[in-house]
Amino acid sequence: MALIELTDVRKVYMLDEVEVHALRGVSVTIERGEYVALMGPSGSGKSTLMNTLGCLDRPTDGSYLLDGEEVTSMSRDARARLRNRQIGFVFQNFNLLARTSALENVELPLLYSPRVSSRQRRQRAIDVLRKVGLGDRMDHHPGQLSGGQQQRVAIARALVNSPSILMADEPTGNLDSRTSKEVIQILRELNGQSGITIILVTHDQDIGRNAKRTLVLKDGWIVEDTTDFSRAVGALHSHEDAPVPAPHDAVGAVYRSR
Amino acid sequence: MHELVTLRIAARALRKNKMRAALTILGVVIGIAAVTTMVSVGQSANGLVQGQFQALGTNVIVIFSGSRHGGAVHQGRGSSPTLTAGDSDAMPVDCPSVLAASPIVGAGGQVIYGNTNWPPREMVGVGTDYLTVRNWQLRHGGFFTERDITAAAKVCVIGHTIVEKLFQTTNPLGETIRINNIPFRIIGILETKGANLVGEDQDNIVMAPYTTVRKRLRGSMFNSVDVILASARSSHRMTDAESEIRQLLYERHHIPPGEPADFEVKNTTEIAKVLGIVTGTMTLLLASIAGISLVVGGVGIMNIMLVSVTERTREIGIRLAVGARGSDILWQFLIESVLLSSVGGLIGVALGISGSVGITAIINALMKGAQWPVVVSFWAAAVAMLFAGAVGVFFGFYPALRASRLDPIDALRYE
Repeated sequence: MALIELTDVRKVYMLDEVEVHALRGVSVTIERGEYVALMGPSGSGKSTLMNTLGCLDRPTDGSYLLDGEEVTSMSRDARARLRNRQIGFVFQNFNLLARTSALENVELPLLYSPRVSSRQRRQRAIDVLRKVGLGDRMDHHPGQLSGGQQQRVAIARALVNSPSILMADEPTGNLDSRTSKEVIQILRELNGQSGITIILVTHDQDIGRNAKRTLVLKDGWIVEDTTDFSRAVGALHSHEDAPVPAPHDAVGAVYRSR
Repeated sequence: MHELVTLRIAARALRKNKMRAALTILGVVIGIAAVTTMVSVGQSANGLVQGQFQALGTNVIVIFSGSRHGGAVHQGRGSSPTLTAGDSDAMPVDCPSVLAASPIVGAGGQVIYGNTNWPPREMVGVGTDYLTVRNWQLRHGGFFTERDITAAAKVCVIGHTIVEKLFQTTNPLGETIRINNIPFRIIGILETKGANLVGEDQDNIVMAPYTTVRKRLRGSMFNSVDVILASARSSHRMTDAESEIRQLLYERHHIPPGEPADFEVKNTTEIAKVLGIVTGTMTLLLASIAGISLVVGGVGIMNIMLVSVTERTREIGIRLAVGARGSDILWQFLIESVLLSSVGGLIGVALGISGSVGITAIINALMKGAQWPVVVSFWAAAVAMLFAGAVGVFFGFYPALRASRLDPIDALRYE
């Protein structure tokens, strides 16, 4: 059984009484242990797809089976539980709690999982912080850490609940090239050694090429699904070469500005 | 999620914004302090009033002459007060439950002895049984006799303070003092009674036969007396004594059954109760006004919680993303506001208690000799605390609900 199975997923927003079609029928299957890059120009629907995969958002139509469970019909709380157990998020802007130590930030997901004692919580947070190389920075607040270190705290937080999927949304977007490499290296190791499924959203080809498989989105469709990165690049460029933007793309821009 | 963890999260959030938390709870602190102080001072006043009447004696019944509502005034009696010494004399005789009774006629004036003078707090004309009624003893000498009453004799009995003020060296017994230029011979000295609860010196008193006071000090030709004090044989027989007195006076005043009486019979407990209602109402009024400030404090909490929710939208988004349920967020913010208001309540109660102690001290200092009891109303403190918690729940619920209903995606994107 595939870890993720999307069938004809559509997402329609109402924005000022205008229908915005963010996803127009996406079907994709992702197996356990894959390393997938989601690429596409702005407004292509990759953030929407990522939010859907991350159970933060519910599709308007279609089916999403995560580990055999249908997500689309789940309640808010059930999806929260799913996020807590199955999914770890890494964001472009780190999204750490300010004025809160690295350790407490990493402990956060465990606060919302039942049957974890405070000692277990602390121990697991310490373990995973050591794993990302921040064993000596546990009491530092985000403000006292560099961007790369902050992102490593975020990765530690995403991993602390041992999820099956790590969702990384432009994880290197706010980092310089050297620290970007560090973060990418960590992701590769996690995928290679721990076998964790990674879904990486990026518009940066240098980052995207690290994935084993690339999905290219355009106007709410998957236009390319390949393990050959050069083909993905081709699909991306064909979009960029398109001289006339589709009318819904303008609407997509409206959605993005939300 | 464990409740303890939620509490810790809330406490941590508050610690991170100490100044704001302090200012937020200020409203509740003031509200709770005001309520506690007002209720305590009110109860203190109440205790004072009650105590004053208790000091009169527990078995004492007070008979007032009629309040002049129309039909109660009898023909032939004129409109003058209706109680007479005869009424008083008849009471112990005709009412089996009455131990003793004494008419009271009040007066005022300066007491002069030699070249010193002194204004007694109380100058009162009484009957022969007055000391029995009040359960008061003589230290030296004797009391008025029937003959003194009949003759309106110029004799008096004085309290200890008068002795101190006028007779430093001489033995006052048999000496003559002048009241309103009328000489009175001192025939007795009262046992000391001390100050009453308002701090009035009960020993600062001059007693004379009521006939003497009425005739010589007041210059009145009427037969009436101001008040009659009677005492029951025991506290169990108070009710009996009262109804016997009422019946006796109905007969003596020739009032047909069903007609309104031209007198009022009250026992001290009753009077204290009525006054208690008055002070109680005052307390309630003050507490309500203080309560308004509590509501204002609550609105302050709500305001800050709303700001806090908006400010921490991203934090809420992060929590939702890592698996917090809506209810977890709701509890976090609700507990935060309850924590705020409870801490405010606690400080407020502490302030209120010291405030009421302080106010009582000020009153006692300003009113010389006053001894207001310090009543720390733990009942009021407990209710105030509960109310503070309720304020937190009530005014914290809406912000918390708003926080819990945030969409995780929107919240994460919030700048």
